[in-house]
Amino acid sequence: MNPFSSGTRLRDMIRSIRACKTAAEERAVVRKECASIRAAVSDNDNDYRHRNMAKLMFIHMLGYPTHFGQMECLKLIAAPGFPEKRIGYLGLMLLLDERQEVLMLVTNSLKQDLNHTNQYIVGLALCALGNISSAEMARDLAPEVERLLQFRDPNIRKKAALCSIRIIKKVPDLAENFVNTAASLLKEKHHGVLLTGIQLCTDLCNVSTEALEYFRKKCTEGLVRVLKDVVNSPYAPEYDISGIADPFLHIRLLRLLRVLGHGDADASDCMNDILAQVATKTESNKNAGNAILYECVETIMGIEDSSGLRVLAINILGRFLSNRDNNIRYVALNMLMRAIAVDSQAVQRHRATILECVKDSDASIRKKALELVCLLVNENNVTSLSKELIDYLEVSDQEFKGDLTSKICSIVEKFSPEKIWYIDQMLKVLSLASNYVKDDVWHALIVVISNASNLHGYTVRSLYRAVQLSGEEEILVRVAVWCIGEYGEMLVNGMGMLEKEEPITVTECDAIDVIETTYKQYTADLTTRAMCLVALLKLSCRFPLSSQRIQDIIAQNKGSVLLELQQRCIEFDSILQKHQNIRSALCERMPVLDESTYSVRKAGSLPAAVSTSQGAVLDLSNGVGKPSAAPLVDLLDLSSDEIPVPNSSGSDFLHDLLGVDLSIGSTQTGTNQVQKSGADVLMDLLSIGTLPSQSSLSSVDGLSSDKDNSTSIGALENLSSHTTPSVQASSVSGGFAMMDLLDALPPSEKKLEDSGPTYPSVVAYESSSLKITFNFSKQPGNVQTTLVEANFVNKSSNVFTDFVFLAAVPKFLQLHLDPASNNVLPASGNGSITQKLRVVNSQHGKKSLVMRIRIAYKVNDEDVKEEGQISNFPPGL
Amino acid sequence: MIRAVIVMNDQGKPRLLKFYHYQPVEKQHEIIRTIYGVLCSRADNVSNFVNAESIFGPDARLVYKTFATLYFVFVFDASENELAILDLMQVFVETLDKCFSNVCELDIVFNFNKVHTILDEIIVGGQVLETSSSEVVKAVDEISRLEKASNSIMRVPKSISAWQGR
Repeated sequence: MNPFSSGTRLRDMIRSIRACKTAAEERAVVRKECASIRAAVSDNDNDYRHRNMAKLMFIHMLGYPTHFGQMECLKLIAAPGFPEKRIGYLGLMLLLDERQEVLMLVTNSLKQDLNHTNQYIVGLALCALGNISSAEMARDLAPEVERLLQFRDPNIRKKAALCSIRIIKKVPDLAENFVNTAASLLKEKHHGVLLTGIQLCTDLCNVSTEALEYFRKKCTEGLVRVLKDVVNSPYAPEYDISGIADPFLHIRLLRLLRVLGHGDADASDCMNDILAQVATKTESNKNAGNAILYECVETIMGIEDSSGLRVLAINILGRFLSNRDNNIRYVALNMLMRAIAVDSQAVQRHRATILECVKDSDASIRKKALELVCLLVNENNVTSLSKELIDYLEVSDQEFKGDLTSKICSIVEKFSPEKIWYIDQMLKVLSLASNYVKDDVWHALIVVISNASNLHGYTVRSLYRAVQLSGEEEILVRVAVWCIGEYGEMLVNGMGMLEKEEPITVTECDAIDVIETTYKQYTADLTTRAMCLVALLKLSCRFPLSSQRIQDIIAQNKGSVLLELQQRCIEFDSILQKHQNIRSALCERMPVLDESTYSVRKAGSLPAAVSTSQGAVLDLSNGVGKPSAAPLVDLLDLSSDEIPVPNSSGSDFLHDLLGVDLSIGSTQTGTNQVQKSGADVLMDLLSIGTLPSQSSLSSVDGLSSDKDNSTSIGALENLSSHTTPSVQASSVSGGFAMMDLLDALPPSEKKLEDSGPTYPSVVAYESSSLKITFNFSKQPGNVQTTLVEANFVNKSSNVFTDFVFLAAVPKFLQLHLDPASNNVLPASGNGSITQKLRVVNSQHGKKSLVMRIRIAYKVNDEDVKEEGQISNFPPGL
Repeated sequence: MIRAVIVMNDQGKPRLLKFYHYQPVEKQHEIIRTIYGVLCSRADNVSNFVNAESIFGPDARLVYKTFATLYFVFVFDASENELAILDLMQVFVETLDKCFSNVCELDIVFNFNKVHTILDEIIVGGQVLETSSSEVVKAVDEISRLEKASNSIMRVPKSISAWQGR
């Protein structure tokens, strides 16, 4: 005898494992046990084999590998004694995988045991086969199992029936062999055999349509009779669950009837009466009774139409919803979800009860109920349902608010009868739970607001009130800030007052207060603050009287440690201080956002559409269109704030703001792209789209001889409908036409300027290959500043690439160079580059301008430099 | 069909594992850990149903019930009635109670293979075999009786192993 295996009994091993205080100790004990079992395995020890196997099963349950015991199972099964076989089969079911080849070796033992004289051994074999049979085993052993279906002992018959289920699932072809025997099982009196027989028939129907047809024809009536007997049977205590007679048999019968009745009117007809009887007579105060009712409802829903029964079924579910038991409510909601597809009207009648379930204390029921409510919403009930949900939002659990909010938003958006209602509901949601509102939802809200021109005043006033009440709701504040920025004057002057509105008095100061407090709130994040700054800039035009205050606020924040904010402050400050003339244009109201574009974009199919239209623009306008001309929707996409705003420090920011790309050739567009993406954001935020597009059109008229431009206008007119004004504006910006834009001076100012002093143009520099002409103008009211437009013409026959113009001035002058219109200069005077310079002469009247220049470019990839000094400026600059 | 029957204690230690679809050991333990995590975090006043699709794939549902220190968990698919499974669980526990007269966790720990035998008399291959606890007890008693009878014969060590002849 092996000295190791005589060691511990199973009980002792379990005890010592339980005594372990740490996982390491446990591992040590298991390792020791496994070692001794291995030793016993290699010694081919017979006496303790089944004890070792029992140990291995325990070790397996704890999660340790036990593959070395697999062969031992086979040996045990092949042993003659009952205890060995029992443990062997248990081990077979627990330790072996049906895919393992070892399993093939057991087929022979199984066959012998299925024919054993001891019916308990037959039972063991059937049970094992039913649990782990592979397809091969199923083929080999099907005849034995088929024979056992008619065995004299019912305990064997019922096991054989379940074993047959495994067989036909593994090998559906074998189904036909079982159909007749299975049908005979339905006439059984023995409960267990009947139960398993019904299950076998159900599974036969699932794998084979012939079997289904056969049972439908031959057995439907019989089954209905069986069910009738079960329903009306006298009390049978052994199959009784908490006072309900045999719920399992009920359920199996109902399930098989459902399979037979599905898609067959005759069979369905046949079972109508009994279903009605089950549905009305079953007691519903116990779980078991409800289980029957639940199954009955499912069967009624599954078989062919009988509207009377369906109403009955849905009413049962309605009753379930007010049951105290969570489980019952849970399954009722599940079922109602499926019932909607069958009869949504009947489900609608239980709306109120379902709505109560949204407020359930059980989170999973709440969730289900909410899903169901969303399925029930339609145009007629959206008002009342969303009111209920929004009211509940106020008191609901924190963790449920996220779900609730997103569902409310989606139904409000989908079914809103009118815009004002939508805006009202969204405002309520934002006031209650704005932090759970997703970005795309409030972006959509802004799109709607922007489109509802008659509601601008109403909206901004409502938002103002809402912010006064719940100013800590970040998203609400964002929307409010945006609207105040856009429609601030309506807040103050009460324009567009609706009848139902209560009048409200807001001063300019109050409006700015809202934005300033928001900006200063420590909780406000970058996006909110950035929106505040834009709103302030816009308000500086809406509220001329308060513009000094706004300027102060912006100036205070020029030192912000956040790059984005600092840059905005500096840029806006400079707009406020130095560019009064273009400010009003910059602060124009945002063009109406295109709803269809937005919804398409939400659906995710926009990128393709945009890329094609952009392609067209680029093509037709000679490659000068802005490649990154993003649709207006970007206005709202503040996530793009995260894109670092370009290195357009100081001097060029106006260009970027205006999104003016003065380049003519297409070579530069690629390099500009990175910068542009940032500029887009700014430009879009400032919403200067509409004005430039108008002014550029008019200026193009003046230049109508220019071919390029006229074609590009043509192209613009052909733009597909979803291309927004800003796209147009920016694509037009390519030509000379846009040159005027930089000045962006209203006509009246132009006249003023015309009447002021004019200065003759000068040829500032001329060499054999290059000519530079300067045109001068003065800003009215600012004598020190001179605007110079430099015009470069290539006299040689070679194209100049990488053209750069640099200038230096003495200390009493300040020079500001804007980017050149292009960096490629066509040969032989076939085009020119223009570049703007701004010179501030601090000693105006005492000293005249003087400038040293350097020009660098490439001719056939060779660097060329030219230098010179300009001192022939007209006097008086 | 029923996909798995799991009994574990309130510490997450498995006491009975039966999978009707084969699962490798590592996977079994991952499943137990996940289920334990879910069950622990559930409040008392909630339903006994958990959506198990994330653990067992589409259509899987899970019903659990607590008895003293033990969680009884049944995992099954759409072809079973949730409420009926709850009753079946009741039958299982009743049977255990009858077999061990007032069952406790220790009974299940030390007699896990008897528990397996009981379960095999209630469920085979994921299908319900018997729903009357007295019938199950009868079958299990018969098996124990047989076991004891052959054990007394087997006390005499056998010198020739019978299986080798086959």
